[in-house]
Amino acid sequence: MLERLRVQTLVNGEEIEFLCEPRQSLLEALRDILKLTGTKEGCNDGNCGACSVILNGRLVDSCLVLAAEVQGATVETVEGLAGPTGLHPLQQSFLEQAALQCGICTPGFLMAAKALLDREPHPSEARVRLWLAGNLCRCTGYDKIVRAVLDAADKMEVARP
Amino acid sequence: MTSVSGKGVQVVGTRPIRHDGMDKVTGRALYGADIQLPGLLYGKVLRSPHAHARIKSIDTSRAEALPGVRAIITAQDMPDITERIGELGETMYNLSYLKENVLASRKVLYKGHAVAAVAATSPHIAEEALALIRVEYEPLPPVMNVKEAMTKGAPLLHEDLVTDELGKNGTQPSNVAKHFRFQKGDVEKGFQQADVIVERELQTATVHQGYLEPQNATALWGADGNVTVWCSTQGAFMTREQVYQLLDLSEAKVKVVPMEIGGGFGGKISAYLEPVAALLSRKTGRPVKVVMSRSEVFEGTGPTPAAHIKVKMGANRAGRITGAEISLYYEAGAFPGSAVQAGAMCAFACYNLENAQVDGYDVVVNKPKSAAYRAPGATQAALAVETVIDELCERIGMDPLEFRLVNGVKEGDRRVDGPAYRRIGYLEVVKATREHPHYSAPLGGPNRGRGVATGFWFNAGGPSSCYLSVNADGTVGMVEGSTDIGGSRVAVAMQAAEVLGIPAEAVKPVVADTDSVGYTSVTGGSSVAFKTGLAAYEAAQDVKRQMVERAARIWEKPVEEVESANGVFHLKSDPELKMTFKDLAARLLTTGGPITGRASVNARGAGPGFAAHIVDVEVDPETGKTQVLRYTTVQDVGRAIHPSYVEGQMQGGAAQGVGWALNEEYVYNKQGDMTNSTFLDYRMPTSLDLPMIDTVIVEVPNPTHPYGVRGVGEVPIVPPPAAIANAIYGAIGIRMTTLPMSPGKVLEALQAKGKRQR
Ligand code: FES
Ligand code: FES
Repeated sequence: MLERLRVQTLVNGEEIEFLCEPRQSLLEALRDILKLTGTKEGCNDGNCGACSVILNGRLVDSCLVLAAEVQGATVETVEGLAGPTGLHPLQQSFLEQAALQCGICTPGFLMAAKALLDREPHPSEARVRLWLAGNLCRCTGYDKIVRAVLDAADKMEVARP
Repeated sequence: MTSVSGKGVQVVGTRPIRHDGMDKVTGRALYGADIQLPGLLYGKVLRSPHAHARIKSIDTSRAEALPGVRAIITAQDMPDITERIGELGETMYNLSYLKENVLASRKVLYKGHAVAAVAATSPHIAEEALALIRVEYEPLPPVMNVKEAMTKGAPLLHEDLVTDELGKNGTQPSNVAKHFRFQKGDVEKGFQQADVIVERELQTATVHQGYLEPQNATALWGADGNVTVWCSTQGAFMTREQVYQLLDLSEAKVKVVPMEIGGGFGGKISAYLEPVAALLSRKTGRPVKVVMSRSEVFEGTGPTPAAHIKVKMGANRAGRITGAEISLYYEAGAFPGSAVQAGAMCAFACYNLENAQVDGYDVVVNKPKSAAYRAPGATQAALAVETVIDELCERIGMDPLEFRLVNGVKEGDRRVDGPAYRRIGYLEVVKATREHPHYSAPLGGPNRGRGVATGFWFNAGGPSSCYLSVNADGTVGMVEGSTDIGGSRVAVAMQAAEVLGIPAEAVKPVVADTDSVGYTSVTGGSSVAFKTGLAAYEAAQDVKRQMVERAARIWEKPVEEVESANGVFHLKSDPELKMTFKDLAARLLTTGGPITGRASVNARGAGPGFAAHIVDVEVDPETGKTQVLRYTTVQDVGRAIHPSYVEGQMQGGAAQGVGWALNEEYVYNKQGDMTNSTFLDYRMPTSLDLPMIDTVIVEVPNPTHPYGVRGVGEVPIVPPPAAIANAIYGAIGIRMTTLPMSPGKVLEALQAKGKRQR
């Protein structure tokens, strides 16, 4: 049995402590240790974005981050997107715009889009396409995903005081 | 989107939010790899490093000794089975080949071919154990394409395979599994009548379905001999059939629980990991989960066949095709059974031909066994036919869509392979395409071109089952057997809702396991909205009938006195006396008991689907890179139940076709190793590679479905490579005949053209 490391971190606003092997990725820790299976694995080598999470405010592929690296960090996953008052506007727009077919890429796209809108509340179509270029979707051809992100940006604009 | 919408329906044609959407945007939906079970072990598969080799011995002793390893299996652990041919969605399977593909016993036939599997307490330990298994191979020379495979004296993949040559078995072993022919009229005479003849030879690459979710399977072999399998499959019953046969069990011993599925496109029908997980579970007495890595998906699961195609077509000055002939050589991969048969039926399916001949060859090569991929076989053939037609049009000076109106198929016309069409919408699609503003818009710059192409796919039906149960609050539970890959739950539920006169949201669909619903064939062939939609429609009629009876009983009137429309039951004699569906639902338990409805159908008469695509590209003369600037898809879907998901299928199919046309290919080295088995190097289209994709839904109702559904999913992948090749010709004046039309190849062609001109 390999030596295990103790990691304390903030996941979706909750203080969490877990034990992991040094070789385990953040993706494995989320899915296998913390049972947060909303974050998906499509390639495990940083080329599909299905595992996208927001780490200390930055969009990352969680398969490329070691679990031990998130000691003291803040991690946001798809499970934390909806609040007690309802869905995040991005989630709502994805549903309304039919921006998912199989849905396996959806958590990653939602997190990538959130990272974009956190930074740029009014992105152009070109900016949205650029920010989502690290996330593969094989079902939709991206059309409805891009529209959903633009639609969510509009919704959030209206909601802002 | 533009649409000719239907009348007299309330739910069909609207865009409700899909029922499973909430779980899928919150990360709660459970896909195959998400399953967690007490005592779960993790499996990994050892795969061949050689493209072609004899297995001399396998020594697992060192791996077994590794702490944490619980079991190791090889082909020796698979039961002996008898030869059998079965249907596999859109293709066929031969059981002994399937068994060899799941775990190789004597020979490995491609790099990535499975030879052994390990179950351990963690995936990392299982992987370490793989490295400790010693397999002694005798490497053999591989054959990597049809030309090599068909050369005299080529190395043989299967020493016992002989060619089925036009129905007669050959005498010598060969890599050609089958040669067949379809004929109509006299093709030589047809060419004599032609004013213009174009002849071309084309080549397409091996490409993968590219679903984002890798194959996975979790199995528990209970002490009572019952086996439960959780997996992402396009058809739970099809998986059950393969598993019970491969494991030599009776059907009822196996239960398959379909998890949410992260894409399939035809690639998640054949069994790969399910029998392996089950055997590992039998050995350990614990549940075992096996999930493929991305490279395993590329190297170990079915891509679509690369094809070599020879085509010749002739037309007269009036633009009528006088003769057409095509030979399709498709790579089956390691075992016979490529989609060449379907490709051959589709090749000329858009045109009403008097004289035509189609030859198909199914050829084994040292690549993974090919699998279905969205309109399997049709895209390769369409590349050949639709680009040659473009050239014919150029030579006789005719607009390519006009040409298609002259030659296009309509009701009563026969395909080369025999069947006559019922009501179809090819001409309607071509007309809508010609009228679309995209077709006449200026290109707006140099090095730009516009291409069009059309395509055909059969669409399918088949057996399907659906149960409905009325709840006291007026909602209706719905159980179906069709895996939902792209929003089919909502499209099926809407058809039940339409019959019952209740909102789509009031029907609550569930996709059930093989013990909980009647037999349902795979989610494939663009069949679900058609066949399971029909099952839901019939089940809803069953519910409605019983609801009418119940209303009659409550009102103490004969059944004939009760009418129902739009979810309201009323008395013919006294229209004031009425009950809504919801009112009546609330009274069921006290007026005779609950009401459930059911239907199992074998849906026949699926309506063929036709599509036409317009694409604008710009070719960079410095790099050879082709950028897609504008894209329009036009398609006859019969009737769009949920237009958003219909558009989504059209857009997604077009996007896959763009990838196939411009970037995607399995790159092999001399030894037969795939050298680009990652998403980085196997370059699928990203959001930066595509524009918005405009959709025009044409609705020529299918007369055999109550709402006119034809099927949507597959035909949109058929036209793109041809349309893009035609657009590239428009941009740079070069007819590309090899896929992918990657920057390197386009640049080479540009340089060759420059030299010729100098
Ligand atoms: S799984 Fe991390 S990028 Fe694909
Ligand atoms: S919806 Fe299937 S991969 Fe994006």
